[in-house]
Amino acid sequence: MSRVLVQGWGAVSPAGWGVPAMRAALERGEPLSVKPQVWPGSERTLTVREVPPPSPRPAFFGHPRLRRASPITHYAAAATLESLEVAGVTGASQPQRLGLIVCMWAGCVHYSYRFLDEALQDPATASPMLFPETVFNAPTSHVAVLLGRSPVTCTLLGDPATYLQALALGAEWLEEQRVDGCLVVGAEETNWLLTSVLWYFDKSAVPGGGAGALYLENAKANQAGVELSLITDPQMYSSRQSRVAAACSMRRELPASRPDELLCDSRQDRPRTDAAEDQAWQDWFGSRLSPKKVLGDGLMASGAWQCVAACEALARGQFQAANVSVVGSNQQAMGARFVRNGTASTPLSAEPSAQPNSP
Amino acid sequence: MLLLAAHEAWGQARWSPQAGLPVVLGTTSGGMSLGEDYFRGTLQTPPARRRQPTRALQYQSQVQARFIGEAFGFEGPTTVISNACASGASAIGHAWETLRRGRAERVLTGGYDALSLLVFSGFDSLQALSTTTCRPFDAQRDGLALGEGAAVLAMETLDSAQQRGAEILGEVAGYGAATDLHHLTQPHPQGDAALETMTRACASAGLSATEVDYVNAHGTGTPLNDIAEALAINRWAGARAGKLAVSSTKAHIGHLLGAAGAVEAVVCLMTLREQWLPPETGIQTVDAACGFSLVRQPTTARVEVVASNSFGFGGANATLIFRRWA
Repeated sequence: MSRVLVQGWGAVSPAGWGVPAMRAALERGEPLSVKPQVWPGSERTLTVREVPPPSPRPAFFGHPRLRRASPITHYAAAATLESLEVAGVTGASQPQRLGLIVCMWAGCVHYSYRFLDEALQDPATASPMLFPETVFNAPTSHVAVLLGRSPVTCTLLGDPATYLQALALGAEWLEEQRVDGCLVVGAEETNWLLTSVLWYFDKSAVPGGGAGALYLENAKANQAGVELSLITDPQMYSSRQSRVAAACSMRRELPASRPDELLCDSRQDRPRTDAAEDQAWQDWFGSRLSPKKVLGDGLMASGAWQCVAACEALARGQFQAANVSVVGSNQQAMGARFVRNGTASTPLSAEPSAQPNSP
Repeated sequence: MLLLAAHEAWGQARWSPQAGLPVVLGTTSGGMSLGEDYFRGTLQTPPARRRQPTRALQYQSQVQARFIGEAFGFEGPTTVISNACASGASAIGHAWETLRRGRAERVLTGGYDALSLLVFSGFDSLQALSTTTCRPFDAQRDGLALGEGAAVLAMETLDSAQQRGAEILGEVAGYGAATDLHHLTQPHPQGDAALETMTRACASAGLSATEVDYVNAHGTGTPLNDIAEALAINRWAGARAGKLAVSSTKAHIGHLLGAAGAVEAVVCLMTLREQWLPPETGIQTVDAACGFSLVRQPTTARVEVVASNSFGFGGANATLIFRRWA
């Protein structure tokens, strides 16, 4: 790929609205508290890490298209706007040709649940207000409107490693000069229905909603910043390639361990889920950050949080390079590498940084 | 449906399993009926646990895509695009771009969707379903007819196809996409985004609108879509609009949602190979907005280049251009 710089990043997570809140939580390293979630009709109580209400309320909540939108749209919009603000490309300075790729695993579960509930009770009275918001690309559409331009858009579905596929697609659009800037957003929202699905596969799963966004541009000559230097091939799971084998194949495409580099992985302190990634990265002796251990399983948002955390660490001068490892749930393992070239982008704040958690 | 379509394409292409073969699929709600079954199970008291994990797993589109690799003995990068009713066309366009970029020599691509209560109730709640007969571009049209289906294309570079002596069914010549910001479910009334996507598709094919012989319209049969699309086609075709053949095959097979663009791509390839135009036989009065020639009877014609429109909720618009291979 041509040189692609990450010019901005944004995040909404159970730690709060914005990258500073997420960074503070990751620096503390303590898993965020969980909340009980009622499973209707079941004696079991599920647990979840919810995104707290925003304070102050973002102005975009008042946009006509976003007033009734579901949380996933609000999360995606907030992360997108933050990434553009960090990149300094708000308003008139936005590129004319903008790309917007939004990816998700479960998507718009709030309104899907509500609409399905109404339809099962009486299809004749199910609300027409809800149905359009159940469609996977509704958040993409709303964010596109919020940007005020007519971006090239695409909505991708898949497991959390799909976020790296989306980054690769955004880099391709830039390389082909199809767009001048590209937003890549991973977003998810939770409700009891989704939490119950995860429960069947791992009783200790604690989902959390949110979003992460990176804003990419082609690098100008000698331009310094955080560079997206490599994305591995998608290593697919199948009856011929196990999750462990796929994770190890992904790991082999990334460089050997170095003390001045960060590994930002997708482990969650769930032994069965983490086993493949543990094995793939057993040779890594450098610093290691596992955002999901703190923030919870944000599904597609997690893949984005990992990239945001990696870029943030590079921009703050903590490392020369950061490798991101996403071993997805049931589709693929993918990795990415970000490097810090020249003088990195301006840090988001002057707060002192703590070292990420070590292995 | 997806596996059946893939089986047919795989057999026709005479492909053999190949490591790294990309799969690009489009769907809006492919496994929704399984999601509904899961939901019903949770509402039972106590919740029905039997088969719930299977439903939850197989509901996911990436799992459905994996079934193709498992069925035909390969694994390769899988991309699932969900651009509402443009999903199938977007997937084919994405596959075409993958080949053009030199990232692969072959791509298995298409779209699929199955009917479900959520989808049917949803379109019904929007009062978008016809209560009579689906008649796209008829002045008295009153809505769409939902359908379900799948189509898969075995796409490969010209060099690859010629080297192995493959029978070439047609050429994907261009792809354009644009986003309509007007409304979540309604197109821009003048068809601005539709015009943009058709123009971009022609530009990517290196063709002008005057070189297109037939347009397989999105043509849902809803009042708002058809008039916006008609105006867009009129503007796009310009002075030649009156001679441009247009029809919507949704009149006969229904609106297949995420499968629509893929199934209609197959219709376009059939049109090119067999030199006929698919008609809409149920039209009584053509809407006055149609400045083009609506195909109303089975017609043989010389067809070299065709365009296929797919427009979806959220303003996801896509146009594919196909050229006859001779």
